[in-house]
Amino acid sequence: MAAKKLSLKDKYSLLTRDLDWEFSYQDRKEAFPFEEFEGIKITDWSKWEDPFRLTMDAYWKYQAEKEKKLYAIFDAFAQNNGQLNVSDPRYVNAIKLFLTGISPQEYQAHQGFAHIGRQYGGVGARVACQMQSLDELRHVQTQVHAMSHYNKFFDGFQNWSHMQDRVWYLSVPTSFFHDARSAGPFEFLVAIGFSFEYVLTNLLFVPFMSGAAYNGDMATVTFGFSAQSDEARHMTLGLEVIKFLLEQHEDNVPIVQKWIDKWFWRGTRLLSLVGMMMDYMLPNKVMSWQEAWEIYFEEAGGALFKDLARYGITMPKYAELVEKEKEHVSHQTWWTFYTHGHAAGFHTWIPTDEELDWLSEKYPNTFDKYYRPRWELARKLEAEGKRFYTKALPQLCTTCQIPMLFTEMDDPTQISYRDTVYKGERYHFCSDGCCDIFNDEPEKFVQSWLPVHQIFQGNCGGPGVEQVLGEYYKMNLGADNLDIKGSPDEKRWKQWKGVA
Amino acid sequence: MSKVYLALQDNDVSRYIVEAIEEDNPEVTVIHNPAMIRIEAEGHMVVKRETVEEKLGRDWEVPELHLNLITLGGNVDEDDDQLSLSWNS
Repeated sequence: MAAKKLSLKDKYSLLTRDLDWEFSYQDRKEAFPFEEFEGIKITDWSKWEDPFRLTMDAYWKYQAEKEKKLYAIFDAFAQNNGQLNVSDPRYVNAIKLFLTGISPQEYQAHQGFAHIGRQYGGVGARVACQMQSLDELRHVQTQVHAMSHYNKFFDGFQNWSHMQDRVWYLSVPTSFFHDARSAGPFEFLVAIGFSFEYVLTNLLFVPFMSGAAYNGDMATVTFGFSAQSDEARHMTLGLEVIKFLLEQHEDNVPIVQKWIDKWFWRGTRLLSLVGMMMDYMLPNKVMSWQEAWEIYFEEAGGALFKDLARYGITMPKYAELVEKEKEHVSHQTWWTFYTHGHAAGFHTWIPTDEELDWLSEKYPNTFDKYYRPRWELARKLEAEGKRFYTKALPQLCTTCQIPMLFTEMDDPTQISYRDTVYKGERYHFCSDGCCDIFNDEPEKFVQSWLPVHQIFQGNCGGPGVEQVLGEYYKMNLGADNLDIKGSPDEKRWKQWKGVA
Repeated sequence: MSKVYLALQDNDVSRYIVEAIEEDNPEVTVIHNPAMIRIEAEGHMVVKRETVEEKLGRDWEVPELHLNLITLGGNVDEDDDQLSLSWNS
């Protein structure tokens, strides 16, 4: 007679909890040396719950099936010249930014989870982090495989790993993950597992990927949704972590709240890049950044924070400010890239008439008043043969590393500046949120590797911007950068499509 | 009460899962976006193995949901027979 099949709960208990052992001759504290220094108090690791009760055998089985489906689609995409079916060559620039800005961070997430998966005293948490670490490795690999096909036909895909910790705007996501990975294991989990995965990644992987589908990019939508199927598990882990920490000890509540405040703010700053991708870089549009923000942060995040209120957790600090920013950030960010388009590793452009009208309709309170006039000016300059590129290097925020491009929300014509003095040096910030984060851990953030400071200090080649871009960043100048108009990408596209 | 939600890839298997969810949770709202189907409900939603198996006409294990799942919102509880999503407030 065949052995009775184990229930999910029994299997989980045998293949996860049962893997732990008692320390009879070693001090447990020495085995898990990072568990206490952040001030988090864990009284009983056995209270850790994994709601999916996923065990390693089931993990391999379902992940293998996901991979088979995904790679079948990559093959079909490549064999059928899928690159010719995208809506418009401008679209491809959104995925150049994805490969250079986001995929390397999947690798950092992999490294981060591999590290903390060793650091927890509880076996349930260790197994969950191990799986998440493998997921993140899968994400970077599948993204690189999907986009390697585009690398055969378009500029700007060739040096993503070299550029990751050098290029001015790529230091934004890179330093975000450096900050998380150099924190303690519990802060990392609240930062990446909860604040980023639960509250914010939906905005990247759900509406943006639906947009990729709508722009004919079968490969990207498929890796996006395949990655996001892992994220659904990560989100659940992130939420369980929070509940677990809050239930373990009341002293954990203010520490967790501080981390939520910090990482929510850092995450919203990081996502200004995604806002720009949705509003400006997808030629066929699914929804505006503002609409996506309302569904995936205000509604979904609101439900979450209402659920956590019973532990004494409140909405993240500056959530009210962010509610105003949703009508501005995508416009301010794309304008910055447009005016720095000579220094970007992808192409930029002025929105078409239809796109300007779409933006006016989606942003009735802000677009016509503040942003349309800029594009009309840009168009006038372009028509006169004076396409505008700024000559200056931007001042960067010491915390988020984004150029000072955001405005005050009660006066969208005034750039928002904050500063603080630490040990006789003055540091600059884009917002109160970033300034608070610095003031809480100045000894950490004074070490920031700020790309513009590094250029001025002579650490990035030079002396001219062209040498920095060409020799230090390894951009192919005249091909990877500048406006889409007149670019080799545009020329090739027209040849393939048989238009002049 | 807040909304719980599931988003599934728009494909042949998901179509039957959505049918099963609609049968077991008559109050759900189903929204079609490019390449994805979003199903939302006030406060609570359940995916039952038995109903999905009936719709698909084959055996189906609850963790198979992950193959077509894009994202979800709510507290998860999963066992051999069902996966439920809920908010406590």
